[in-house]
Amino acid sequence: MNLRDNFQARIDRDEKIEPKDWMPDDYRKTLIRQISQHAHSEIVGMLPEGNWITRAPSLRRKAALLAKVQDEAGHGLYLYSAAETLGVDRATMLDDLHTGKAKYSSIFNYPTPTWADMGAIGWLVDGAAIMNQVPLCRTSYGPYARAMVRVCKEESFHQRQGFEILLTLCRGSEEQKAMAQDSLNRWWWPSLMMFGPNDADSKHTAQSMAWKIKRFTNDELRQKFVDATVPQAEILGLTIPDPDLKWNEEKGGYDFGEIDWTEFWNVVKGNGPCNRERLKARVDAHEKGAWVREAAMAYAEKRKKKQQQKVA
Amino acid sequence: MANPASLVKYVLYLGDNNLILSQRLGEWCGHGPVLEQDIAMTNIALDLLGQSRMYCQYAAELSGSNKTEDDIAFLRKEQEYNNLLLVEQPNGDWGQTLVRQFLFDSWHYYLLHALVDSKDQNLSDIAQKSIKEVTYHLKYSSEWMIRLGDGTDESHKRMQNALNELWRFSEEPLIMADYEKDLVESGIAVDISTIRESVQKKRQDIIREATLSIPEDEFMQTGGKEGKHTEHMGYILTEMQYMQRVYPGQEW
Repeated sequence: MNLRDNFQARIDRDEKIEPKDWMPDDYRKTLIRQISQHAHSEIVGMLPEGNWITRAPSLRRKAALLAKVQDEAGHGLYLYSAAETLGVDRATMLDDLHTGKAKYSSIFNYPTPTWADMGAIGWLVDGAAIMNQVPLCRTSYGPYARAMVRVCKEESFHQRQGFEILLTLCRGSEEQKAMAQDSLNRWWWPSLMMFGPNDADSKHTAQSMAWKIKRFTNDELRQKFVDATVPQAEILGLTIPDPDLKWNEEKGGYDFGEIDWTEFWNVVKGNGPCNRERLKARVDAHEKGAWVREAAMAYAEKRKKKQQQKVA
Repeated sequence: MANPASLVKYVLYLGDNNLILSQRLGEWCGHGPVLEQDIAMTNIALDLLGQSRMYCQYAAELSGSNKTEDDIAFLRKEQEYNNLLLVEQPNGDWGQTLVRQFLFDSWHYYLLHALVDSKDQNLSDIAQKSIKEVTYHLKYSSEWMIRLGDGTDESHKRMQNALNELWRFSEEPLIMADYEKDLVESGIAVDISTIRESVQKKRQDIIREATLSIPEDEFMQTGGKEGKHTEHMGYILTEMQYMQRVYPGQEW
């Protein structure tokens, strides 16, 4: 049996692939692309919510939001580390982000003009992320799967926290409820877009499924998300902004309207409302931090030399 | 017997320092120079916010009305906040944020160690709960003072500039306000004269190890403890109080 067949046989037996194992180049490349894109999404994803840390309406909410955004940074760390096991370093991955070569989730290119968006992001965006990520806990590459176990635990907490923010608004004044509805109106469709193109148009899906990097197709996950989320919107008393949404007894799930793919591709190409701002914020942080990173390296070097002198 | 108003002012002073510094550190979240330090700085912001909540809850209780911690934190006017001028200063670059943090921690640490012995049980308990966190803060900011002070030429220059900029706010925590003096007699507030030397020595040692120098003949700015703030304070509150002011009396 050749290496490639042997590799596929291991995948078929549901064995985990570990960093030192032989793997096809395109498996490695696919994983680097996917994991680094995921890590970048966590880091860029800190920005739209980070907006509201200084304006959170209560001390309890401020603490929860700070902790949540910090969790995203932690997820970024685990994921960059998982990607590094495939032979790419963090600096290279960050360069790819900053030059636009690597992508991050388009959802973070939408703005957060109101406090209700902190609820909607938790409920919908983290909710959609969980649909994607829970199957990744069983993904074929070991370090990625293990990172996802930790990430998923925290994400499901974030999702409940987001829902609870909206529930508080929906039980509050008319003004607060309107704020929640407006936020749902803005986030619903972009959240459905998070699952990516329809299966027929997804160029990576088939191979990723064969390698068990992915376990479900984009459309399967999107359907699961809609089916899980509609009843939650009912509890909130909010209306999902889709006139075509209705229960389909036969398939045991909801039918829903057509996604605006023109908008989707437009945002992917960099024309979303906040693409420029998000990337600029990341590049600025990196450039303004360069002197700190250099100084830390120089200091460590000096220390090492001093210790060597002592020993000599 | 100390004046009850003095205790309220002292509790607000301690709580507001943490609240406003945490607000400033929160501005960094997502913008730090490297992921690990972004996380570390947010940790400090979270610790300080948690500590400020304990003081705000105590201040609410002392108010004798049905005020909440949020009423205390969000619904006062600028002159009613008693925080040090130091903590309201802008973040500047990462170096300035660290110098500000070190000047704060090097006082906060010794203050809490003394506050544990307060005759006020609530203050003693809060101090006890905070010490472990603040011990870490001081270790973190001291290490970074040294690392950046003794790093590259550029980092050294930036750190010295930051120290020159902020030194004028370093003395305020060591000068007692009337409400502190009033509470010292009854064993509630920390007598600053008992910790002054430790604070100064810590500052001198770390600044020396960082190869930096303390600015000489600097005029020391004060006033924050009595509600007289720098121009930065109004902007901080405008942002922090935005939701509470625009949507008064609602649950969040």
